Amino acid sequence: MNPYASVTQLRSGLDNGDFSADELAHFYLDRIDAAEDLNCFITVDAEGVLAAAKRADKAIADKRIGPLTGIPIAHKDIFCTRGLLTSCASRMLNNFVAPYDATVVDRLKRAGAITIGKTNMDEFAMGSSNETSFYGPVKNPWDRECVPGGSSGGSAAAVAAGLAAACTGSDTGGSIRQPASFCGVTGLKPTYGRVSRYGMIAFASSLDQGGPLARSASDAGTLLNAMEGYDPNDSTSAIADPTDIFSSSRALKIGIPSQYWNDLSPSLTKVLEEARRTLESLGHRAVPVELPHTNAATAVYYVIAGAEASTNLSRYDGIRYGHRAASPENLEDLYQFSRSEGFGSEVKRRILTGTYALSVGYYDAYYLKAQQIRRLIRQDFLDAFGEADIILTPVSPSTAFKREALIEDPISMYQQDIYTTPASLAGLPALSLPCGVSDQMPVGMQFIGPHFGESLLLTLGREYQSETDWHALHPADNHD
Amino acid sequence: MDQQTIDKLLSLSRLSLLPDDREKLLRDLSSIVGLVDFMRSIDTEGVEPLAHPLEVTQRLRPDEPDTSFDQEHYQAIAPQIRDGLYLVPRVVE
Repeated sequence: MNPYASVTQLRSGLDNGDFSADELAHFYLDRIDAAEDLNCFITVDAEGVLAAAKRADKAIADKRIGPLTGIPIAHKDIFCTRGLLTSCASRMLNNFVAPYDATVVDRLKRAGAITIGKTNMDEFAMGSSNETSFYGPVKNPWDRECVPGGSSGGSAAAVAAGLAAACTGSDTGGSIRQPASFCGVTGLKPTYGRVSRYGMIAFASSLDQGGPLARSASDAGTLLNAMEGYDPNDSTSAIADPTDIFSSSRALKIGIPSQYWNDLSPSLTKVLEEARRTLESLGHRAVPVELPHTNAATAVYYVIAGAEASTNLSRYDGIRYGHRAASPENLEDLYQFSRSEGFGSEVKRRILTGTYALSVGYYDAYYLKAQQIRRLIRQDFLDAFGEADIILTPVSPSTAFKREALIEDPISMYQQDIYTTPASLAGLPALSLPCGVSDQMPVGMQFIGPHFGESLLLTLGREYQSETDWHALHPADNHD
Repeated sequence: MDQQTIDKLLSLSRLSLLPDDREKLLRDLSSIVGLVDFMRSIDTEGVEPLAHPLEVTQRLRPDEPDTSFDQEHYQAIAPQIRDGLYLVPRVVE
């Protein structure tokens, strides 16, 4: 069995009887065991997986086949899964067995997918290196000394290492796209509102968006179709037509924003230029576009995300669920001790930054100012989409860096998100896909599309991936 | 950013820190404020703040009573409950 088979290949293998869902589940469970050192998973529910696989085999025999029947996928541990630990990689939720399924989990189950486990991540999705997890760092399967990116690092590394057919992730400022780029997989952050946030533990509610990490644009589209759609349980859920994942390609104008390309290192510029030429050879045309407020995005993002995080994380009080300090003398101590013991240092830093931005005397200078610039950033994109159909950019200023290289320096870590936060602030869909290798590590490129333009991004991604093999590269198995 | 501001933020956030961590936090928050101060260089005169990226208003559901959860099931994960109530340290003597 091929651990790097696509969802489409697994579908036909299951339907043709080449292997059973039970065999496939055993195969992936064994691989997860063998790759334990990567630390991709927080929870693996082998018993539940095998029971679900038996049901899937019955469904396949009865010809009751959904698009993902019998396909093992893993969920980032930010998605609530009924009856399974949902920790958000925090000590705060180390004992939190979710009482319900997130809409994303529910929809993927209905499409037939088997939840093989819950993937490791940065604590409360706050991080760009997967080093802030209470459960320890995730290693990059391409180079175990390097980070897998974050915050959906466990999901990206699990797909790259062939431990699941695909995974879910969440993206607030780049948390699907940057780890996808660092691990050489394809990740999609949908338009804000496209995928329900119900049951996805909140970090920054005006930015958070769930999406797939997969082996190809085609697989990402299959997962998106199963995940997306209006949900009355999420008041920000958008009413939109499902993404057409089979649309045919047409000649596009591809916007090249100087603000994203000018400061790029020579080695990444070389890879990105090559990708641009490939796209041009497919009949698309590169046009210059301007996104003049790009350099303010990191500042704006950290104010808005911090402010929303400090508000969202006020719910962790040690009373209704989650970590509770052992013997507080009074109610104030209960709050303070439970929160201080439950949250790690990066989470505390973000709560305090957000509290500062929202506090009396600073609200106008930070929070309102950030929201004003957020409008300017969004307007830049709307103007650029007058000139171009999609925008092509790097995903990250570097390839995967070494563990502990940036963890003590929050500013350098935050600046890793410089190319991903603008699309988040504007609520735009963005696809991260492998486009080359630099120093033996994968490099990703980003397609940013207009609101609800996922079909355009995925179609171009499929076209590029039918012409190139970068998405088909995978790291050598450590135990080979 | 100074220790007094840190104290205020910790108190508002219901968080506490070990003494060793306070110095590092002061340094980190000072550099974060330095980073976000870049925003001052952007002219935002007359620009409306943007709260929602799609600029749509929050949809409301019909105001109809509905039982959406089972109290016992939801309270099974609470640290301390008794007779369906959440327990906290005594507030009124």
